Amino acid sequence: MADRPITIREALSSALREEMHRDERVFIMGEEVGVWGGTYAVTRGFLDEFGAKRVRDTPISEMVIAGAAVGAAMAGLRPIAELMTINFAFVAMDAIVNHMAKVRYMFNGQFTVPMVLRTTSGGGKQLGATHSHAPEPIFAHFPGMYVAVPGTAYDAKGMLKAAIRDDNPVMFIEHSTMLQRRAPVPEGDDFVLPIGKSDIKRAGDDVTIVTYQKGLEWSLEAAEELAKDGIEAEVIDLRWLRPLDLEPVFESFKKTNRCVVVEESLPMFNVGSEVAAQLQNEMFDYMDAPVKRVAAMDVPLPYADNIEKMALPSPEKIIAAVKEVI
Amino acid sequence: MTTDVQAAYQIDDTGIDLDNKTLLEMYWQMVRARRTDERTWVLHRQGKIAFHISGIGHEAIQVGAAYALRRGYDYSHLYYRDLAFAFALGYTPRDFLLAVFGKAGEPTSGSRQMPSHFSSRALGMLSASSPVATQVPQAAGAALACKMRGEDRVVVTALGEGSTSEGDFFEGMNWAGVHKLPMICLVENNIYAISVPMHLQMAVPNVADRAPMFGVTGAVVDGNDVLASFRVMSEAVARARNGEGATLLEAKTYRPVPHSSDDDDRTYRSRDEVEEWKQRDPIKRFQDYLLERGILNDTAIEEIEARVRQEVDEAQATALDAPYPPAEDALFPVFAPDGTDR
Ligand SMILES: Cc1ncc(C[n+]2csc(CCOP(=O)(O)OP(=O)(O)O)c2C)c(N)n1
Ligand SMILES: [Mg+2]
Repeated sequence: MADRPITIREALSSALREEMHRDERVFIMGEEVGVWGGTYAVTRGFLDEFGAKRVRDTPISEMVIAGAAVGAAMAGLRPIAELMTINFAFVAMDAIVNHMAKVRYMFNGQFTVPMVLRTTSGGGKQLGATHSHAPEPIFAHFPGMYVAVPGTAYDAKGMLKAAIRDDNPVMFIEHSTMLQRRAPVPEGDDFVLPIGKSDIKRAGDDVTIVTYQKGLEWSLEAAEELAKDGIEAEVIDLRWLRPLDLEPVFESFKKTNRCVVVEESLPMFNVGSEVAAQLQNEMFDYMDAPVKRVAAMDVPLPYADNIEKMALPSPEKIIAAVKEVI
Repeated sequence: MTTDVQAAYQIDDTGIDLDNKTLLEMYWQMVRARRTDERTWVLHRQGKIAFHISGIGHEAIQVGAAYALRRGYDYSHLYYRDLAFAFALGYTPRDFLLAVFGKAGEPTSGSRQMPSHFSSRALGMLSASSPVATQVPQAAGAALACKMRGEDRVVVTALGEGSTSEGDFFEGMNWAGVHKLPMICLVENNIYAISVPMHLQMAVPNVADRAPMFGVTGAVVDGNDVLASFRVMSEAVARARNGEGATLLEAKTYRPVPHSSDDDDRTYRSRDEVEEWKQRDPIKRFQDYLLERGILNDTAIEEIEARVRQEVDEAQATALDAPYPPAEDALFPVFAPDGTDR
């Protein structure tokens, strides 16, 4: 069927709507998902369409939203639980880390936990340190749950449908500043992307940029600038932090011999640490330069506009990092 | 009972013996917070600031509660709606507008933290966080510290009724009960948590009904009546100071404006409901009370308005003129230098 340009918000909405029609075990619960239509308007109209039984406005209780989703999933439903933002996942950490991710293993596979925990991440909106986290790597740390970080409408739709259909728990992280981004997306129920596949978003021979989500946007912008100087960057969108698919990164590195990892999260123990370590193990013979990492500054994200911008990554910082390895 | 307190328009001054000067000062504090708040909405509409979360409609309970404290001595853990509370504790429109514009010299955080996250060592205001209800366990900890040191300081923390659905609230209150802490947990019940009405948060009619399960005193007050609020808070403070433990104090009030500058409240409540509550505006009610008793007259009202307008104008000008924080401010104070503390 034809592709149609839609926003990430519309892509998420249509994925949820289609999967709710497809499987009546799927239901949505979270703060502000019903009457308000979702913190970012992704579930607008859902209450009317599916009713209050399957679109549940919950109390402000993240521990229960995540914990109840684990329980409902173990008991045979396929919950899509929503946390208004990832900042509030910290009050639900036990349910996420100790149960959502571990129940299957701990009890020898007796239970599956087919739930999706949807939330939004990211700073840059002057919301201060406790309200601007981009902590995706923390969640990728724990075996037993997948972590999705889509950066385009196409990926958002295909990945969310895959997440809902999969029997494994998925932390599905959207970026709060990217919901209006538009891209062509195939129409029709059957568009589902594979889980754990990264994607080359721009081809180039001179340097490999590994990134996801907001970093993807910054990296593509940087790549266009670099092209003016005759530097062609290959930009690889991880799309999933777990399962982590570095095969395309290794292939790319064989020709570029240089790599910069770009992400919005904090600089210590992050995606860049992992990618650099794996490159060093697998691609040592191909390395012409140290792997560079571009991330947020190692501080709680400040509120004031000027210093917040300074603390976040930017296309300029990516360009500078690329020029260091070239 | 709930609807009775809400329906009454008359200010209930039973047992109140505040002098006229104090009554007028409380009125001024309420007006000052209201006008600062209204100005901030205007600045947001003009596109000059990123975000505003408003305390309009909550001035009576906040000023009443603050005046029941030993200001500068007792500790507070406020929440984002507590602008009038903060003003009554010594925070100023200038401080607030510097925060709203994210400028250098902003006293609570140097513009590192969002506005309306009140914190001031000098004013006894401890931390405020964006995740709701996290202040309740911290208030219990601060109250425990006061008790362990044998001080007669009390700790007040405030949050909305929706936020009492968090485990943090239950766990913090349980501590307050178990350790018989000098703490007041003030719940500003404005019936909504963004769009979600109270009955979807809890199956009890009053937040304070939960007090017995924590072993603390429960109290409900008309939060749009500044003097009733002052009295009930004073009683709670006295209990806390006398070693009689914590109080779960619920103030019934209403938010006549959207939740924040990101909200459109027309999607979840009727204009009639909002209008009905505006009839019970806390400032208007207190003004009528003071007028009836001759404590206030039209000239004095105008003088107070003019004084407030001038202060807010000056605050805005100062904030606009102030420089942005210097770049190096982003880098500290993450850690205490050399592992030492002040
Ligand atoms: C842990 C957490 N979950 C969700 C939110 C998002 N949020 C901010 S304010 C709010 C509503 C709070 O309502 P209530 O406690 O009634 O206080 P009110 O705003 O009505 O004064 C919500 C859900 C948050 N800040 N923190
Ligand atoms: Mg409320």
